[in-house]
Amino acid sequence: MKKLLTAAIVGAAFALTSAHAADEVKIGFVTTLTTGGASIGQDQEKAVKLALKHIDNTMGGKPVNLIMADDGFKPEVGKQATDKLVKQDNVDFVAGYIWSHVLLASRKSVLDADKFLISANAGPSPVAGKLCHPNFFSTSWQNDQTPMAMGETLNQQGVKSLYIMAPNYAAGKDMVAGVERTFKGEILGKDMTKWGKDAQLDFSAELAKAKASGAEGIFVFYPGKAGPAFIKQYQQAGLRDSLPLYTVFTVDSISLPKLQDGGMEGVLGSVSTGHWGPDLDNEANIKFVSDFRAEYGSYPSFYAAQAYDSILLIKSAVDAVDGDLGNKDGMRAAMKEANFGSVRGDFSYGNNHMPIQDFYSRKVVEDADGNWTTQIEKVVLDDHQDTYAANCNM
Amino acid sequence: MDTSLLFIQLLNGMQLGILLFLLSAGLTLTFGIMDFVNLSHGSLYMLGAFICASLTQLTGSFILAALLAIPLTALCGLIIELVVVRQLYSRHHLDHVLATFGLILCLDTLAEMIWGPAGIAIPLPAFLNGQVEVFSGVVIPTFRLLIITVGLTAAAGLYLLVNHTKIGMLIRAGASNRTMVGALGVDIKTLFTGVFALGAGLAGLAGLLVAPIAEASIGMGNEIIITTFVVIIIGGIGSMKGAFIAALLIGLIDTLGRSYLDDLFKLIMSSEAAETAAPAISAMLIYLLMAVILAIRPQGLFPAASR
Repeated sequence: MKKLLTAAIVGAAFALTSAHAADEVKIGFVTTLTTGGASIGQDQEKAVKLALKHIDNTMGGKPVNLIMADDGFKPEVGKQATDKLVKQDNVDFVAGYIWSHVLLASRKSVLDADKFLISANAGPSPVAGKLCHPNFFSTSWQNDQTPMAMGETLNQQGVKSLYIMAPNYAAGKDMVAGVERTFKGEILGKDMTKWGKDAQLDFSAELAKAKASGAEGIFVFYPGKAGPAFIKQYQQAGLRDSLPLYTVFTVDSISLPKLQDGGMEGVLGSVSTGHWGPDLDNEANIKFVSDFRAEYGSYPSFYAAQAYDSILLIKSAVDAVDGDLGNKDGMRAAMKEANFGSVRGDFSYGNNHMPIQDFYSRKVVEDADGNWTTQIEKVVLDDHQDTYAANCNM
Repeated sequence: MDTSLLFIQLLNGMQLGILLFLLSAGLTLTFGIMDFVNLSHGSLYMLGAFICASLTQLTGSFILAALLAIPLTALCGLIIELVVVRQLYSRHHLDHVLATFGLILCLDTLAEMIWGPAGIAIPLPAFLNGQVEVFSGVVIPTFRLLIITVGLTAAAGLYLLVNHTKIGMLIRAGASNRTMVGALGVDIKTLFTGVFALGAGLAGLAGLLVAPIAEASIGMGNEIIITTFVVIIIGGIGSMKGAFIAALLIGLIDTLGRSYLDDLFKLIMSSEAAETAAPAISAMLIYLLMAVILAIRPQGLFPAASR
C-alpha cells in the first residue's frame, strides 16, 4: 500500500511538472561563461536576453523559460550541461555552442531525446555532412565557407601571392584548406604555429619570414587571445603598408575595442570575410544593432548576431504551431522555411539544415563616434551552400 | 640563403632567449639555493604583466608603469615567501610541488577576480611602436630591441651582484652548501626571502616585457613555465651562467627551427610531407635537446659547484 502511495505521489509529481512544462517554452542555451572564452559567451548571453526582450518573452502565446548553461570551454563539461538540460530540466530546445568539439560531444544527447538542437556558432563539417539530422539547425555557417569567401575576395582584389599563418590544429587546417580551395594565386609560404595549452604567441620569426617572402598579402586565422597578439606584432613589425592583412574569425567586435585601447592602428583597413556585419542594411539588423548598443554600449559580435537569430528561429517554429510543443513535425517544417526576419537578411536552409547565404568582404574602419568596427564592402559569395551538403542523406 | 633574414632571426631568437633567462634566473636561484621547487614562478610573471597593465592605464605611461611594477612584483614575491613558501623549506619536494600548484590556482583565480577573464592589452608609446634598422637591411621592431637591451642589462647586473658583492658571495655559498652558510652565522632566512623577492622581480620584468607583444592574460605564466624548467635543467640547476647560456641556446634553437626547418625538410622529402612534419618537429626541438643533454650530462651544462 505504501509503495502504491509513493508511486502515486511520484506519478502526480511527474504529471505536474509536465503539465507545468506545457505552459511555457523551455530553452536551454549552452555557451562559455567562464575561462578565457567567457567574453564570447557573455556577448551571446546579452544577445539572447535582448531577443527575448524584443519578443516580450513570448512564443506561441506562452512565456519563455530560458536556462543558460556553461560549457567551461571543454567538451566533457558541455556534454554534462547538455545532459542536465535535456534530462533534468526537460527543455524543448537546446541552442548555443561556440566550439565545434563541444557541439560534436553534445549533439547526441539532444538528438537522441528527440529535441531540437540549434547551433549558434559551431559548424564542423560532420554535422553538415554525414551526421546531418532532421532536428538539427544552424544559425551560423559551415567552417569552410568563410575562408572560401576570403580566397574569392583575394582573387577579386587582384592579389597574386599570399603568405598563410594559422594555428596547427583541426580548425586551423580547415581554414587554410578553405582559402587554398578558392584562391587562384601563388602561396609563397605557410606557417602552422603551435596551439593548445602552451600555444605560441610570439610570431617574430614567422613575421620576418613573411616579410622576406615578398608576398602581396598575409592571410591569418587566430581566434581568441592569439588574434590581438598577432595584430600587435604585425603592426610593431611595420608590415601594414607592405603586407596587407586578410583575416577570418580574428577581428571582431570583441577584439576590436581591445585593439583600439592598445592603439593598434595596424588593423585599420584590414580585410575579413563573414556572413554578417553590424552595418548590414536590413530592418531586423538595424533594430538589433542599435538596441544592443543602447543596452550594452558596444557593437554586437557575429557570435551575438547568431545567438539572436537562434531565438527568433525558435520563435518562428513555436508560433507556427500556436504553442503546441508536441507538434514536432510542424515546428521542423516551420524552421526549414527560415522565415523569421534574420539579422543577416533573407536566407534559406539547405537539405542539411545549414544556411544557404551570402558572404561579404569587410574592412575595419573608424565609425562616426570614433569606435573601430567592420564595414561591409561587397558580396563575394552569393547564396553560397557548403560543400558537405552533398554527403547528407536528407 | 638571405643573410639579413638570418640575422633578423638570430636577433629574434636572442630576444626569446633573454626573456627565458629573466624567468629562469629566479627559478634557478630558488631551486639552487633553497632547494625549493617553485611551480608558481610563472604566476609572478603573470602578476608583473597585470600590475604593469593596470599602472599603464592609471599613469598613462608604460615606462613609469614598468619601473613601478618591478618592485611591486618583488613585493608580491616577498609576501608569498613570508606567508607560504617559508613554511615549506623543510618539507619534501613533493610537498613543494603540491603547495605551489595550489598557489598557481589561487593566484590565477585572484587575477581573474581583480582583472576579469578577458586579458588586458598594454599600449606602447609611439617611439617604441616603430622599427629600427640595426644595419642595412636588418629592420626589427624597436620594442624587441628594447627587450634585448633591458635583458642584457639585467643579466650584467645579476653577474655583478652574484660575482662581485658580499650578498652575491653568500648566494653562491648558499647554492654550494646551505647548512655551512647557516652555521657560519649568516641569517639564512633573510637571505632566502631576499633571493625569492629578487627572482619575483625578474619574473615580473619578463612578464611586463611580454605583455605589450601579446597581452596580460590569465594563465600566461603556466604556458611558459615548462620551457623555463627545460632551461634550468639544461643549464644546470643553481647556475646563473648555465641559465643564461641555456636560455639563449633554447631561444635560438626554437626560433631557427621555426624559421628554417621546413626549408631543410623540403631538401629531403616532398613539400607536402615537409609542411606537416616541420611544425611538429620544431615544437619538439627543445625537448629533444633536453633529452640528449640529460642522457650525456645529467647534471646540466654548467652545474653549480659541489652540489
